[in-house]
Amino acid sequence: MSGILAVLERQSGGWHKMSFEALAGALELGRATGLEVFACVPGCGAGEAAAEASVAGVAGVTILEHEALEAYTADAWVEALAEWIAELQPDYVLFPHTYQTRDFAPALAARFGRTLMADSTGFSMEGGVPVFERPLFQGKHIGRFVLETPAPNFVSFQAGAFRAVPPGGGAAPAAVRRPALDPARIRQRPEPPFRETAQAVDLSAAERIVAVGRGIQDEGNLELARQLAAALGAELAASRPIIDNGWLPADRQVGSSGQTVAPRLYVALGISGAIQHIVGMKGAGCIVAINRDPKAPIFEIADYALVGDLFEITPALLDALSS
Amino acid sequence: MKILVALKQVPARDLPVEADAARAWIDESSLSHEMNEPDAYALEAALQLKESSGGEVVAVSAGQARVQSALREALAKGADRAIHIQVEGEAARGTDPSITAKLLEAAVREEQPQLVLTGLQSDDTGSGQTGVILAARLGWPHATLVVAIEPGPDSVRVKRELEAGWFQHVTLPLPAVLTIQSGISRLRYATLMGIKRAKTKEIRLMEPPADAVGGGLRLTGLAEPRRQRQTQFLEGSPAEQAAQLVEKLRFEARVL
Ligand SMILES: Cc1cc2nc3c(=O)[nH]c(=O)nc-3n(C[C@H](O)[C@H](O)[C@H](O)COP(=O)(O)OP(=O)(O)OC[C@H]3O[C@@H](n4cnc5c(N)ncnc54)[C@H](O)[C@@H]3O)c2cc1C
Ligand SMILES: Nc1ncnc2c1ncn2[C@@H]1O[C@H](COP(=O)(O)O)[C@@H](O)[C@H]1O
Repeated sequence: MSGILAVLERQSGGWHKMSFEALAGALELGRATGLEVFACVPGCGAGEAAAEASVAGVAGVTILEHEALEAYTADAWVEALAEWIAELQPDYVLFPHTYQTRDFAPALAARFGRTLMADSTGFSMEGGVPVFERPLFQGKHIGRFVLETPAPNFVSFQAGAFRAVPPGGGAAPAAVRRPALDPARIRQRPEPPFRETAQAVDLSAAERIVAVGRGIQDEGNLELARQLAAALGAELAASRPIIDNGWLPADRQVGSSGQTVAPRLYVALGISGAIQHIVGMKGAGCIVAINRDPKAPIFEIADYALVGDLFEITPALLDALSS
Repeated sequence: MKILVALKQVPARDLPVEADAARAWIDESSLSHEMNEPDAYALEAALQLKESSGGEVVAVSAGQARVQSALREALAKGADRAIHIQVEGEAARGTDPSITAKLLEAAVREEQPQLVLTGLQSDDTGSGQTGVILAARLGWPHATLVVAIEPGPDSVRVKRELEAGWFQHVTLPLPAVLTIQSGISRLRYATLMGIKRAKTKEIRLMEPPADAVGGGLRLTGLAEPRRQRQTQFLEGSPAEQAAQLVEKLRFEARVL
């Protein structure tokens, strides 16, 4: 059979919100290629979610239901999905580019001798075939990729690549299917997810944020960022390398493995704008970027761009704010 | 425990990376290179495991002749030996990570380590897949986004980073492949003594396996990133830029 299979992700009883972005991407690829779109949800007790996975335009929903799919493991997901893909024989298998997808989808694609087109930010049709894009060199370039292998081919879509479709509202029937999954073959033994410590700061509630990146160069220079934050009435936040260096606590990290923020004002000080940072802050109302590299990717999403040395611009800003 | 660490050499961050004239790939002529940052953390994790429970650390990199400087750096920090898989052109770039995984697979099959550590993602081509594909090809279990490792006699318990500040412990039987997230521990510097000693350590050259073909993913070219907002570039001296910004934040964006 031909078609597009969108693999949706559940998280602690709810949906991972990127699931419906991936489904939107699947529907768009479906319109572009004339292929039907099917949704699939691996899990246990996910049956009641079937109605939500059935959005307008989806031709069928399958819940892959098995006790061994209750807690996530790469082995169980690869086994269950490989079986369903072999039977359904879709042209494309699409995923949201979540951390879970990162963990198993490359191995699933490898089962079929394919390479996952990971982390795609979108596609365009050229000569009847989709050309997929994704950032290369930390966002300094966009790579354009084609899939040269016959079906099935595997693609994951980055957060924000497509606007999520609203759950439900479709007419497609849902089926529950039990994969022939032998729990003895699952090698990973997972323990329940946990949070390290109670978060001391909730950056998602902050009205203004000054975020500092590796451009600050030295722990001692953080004082400059602190002063700017104080002058703006802002919370101090950071990109991952600052946290990795131990210069600020982990609850100050913005990005895919830190907090997602949406302040009215976000000032990025010496941050390059890698996708994993951007996904955590692109919802900010007004983005100011200060960076000495005029080609830094952060400028693509900034409202105001100040190209220059942050060690010259920040003191000047402090002066301007106090007058 | 014998540990193999996969290291990629990538263009130095903070320097411009320009496309070549045909926009087919980047202009490599004027670049300087460094060890991929997550790989430095993978190496650090391997060295700490060796220090706490003994064994051997073998660094491996696939690429052009220049990758030997990344291997030397690993040797200077304490790796025991290194393997350079000699490839050029597309196979050296990593645009199809299945090719890279096949190259590394050959080294793993020769060395038979109990643990393979890779970085979780390369800073240049950024597939974030090589370690997982390698595990699938070897038939070994894997865990990604690893931020802590507790070795046992025939298994390993790791802490994985999940999204939005969540973590999880997972136990895997050995041999296994782990992809290491940055920040797993502070990085060490090479000492002068280490650098001296590295000169006497072996970098074994390895021919790539003949069947290292990809999994169908082909880069057709590079495009310019697109602006997603109407970005205003503020001109002038730092003081002029600052004055304009404050004005705009107050009266245009109204966020002050
Ligand atoms: C799975 C995964 C999860 C991740 N999660 C996160 C996350 O949650 N949050 C996150 O931030 N990152 C995350 N990362 C890392 C991310 O990919 C980038 O490596 C990181 O965001 C880069 O941080 P940076 O911009 O501070 O540093 P760099 O990329 O090194 O950029 C530093 C910038 O400072 C500029 N600069 C240098 N000196 C000056 C100066 N004097 N004046 C002005 N500008 C200067 C440079 O031009 C450069 O643009 C994750 C990566 C992966 C693979
Ligand atoms: N050419 C290479 N040589 C050795 N290791 C590599 C190479 N390319 C990628 N790797 C390893 O695979 C990891 C993930 O790379 P990638 O899949 O390209 O994001 C890197 O962090 C390295 O540890």
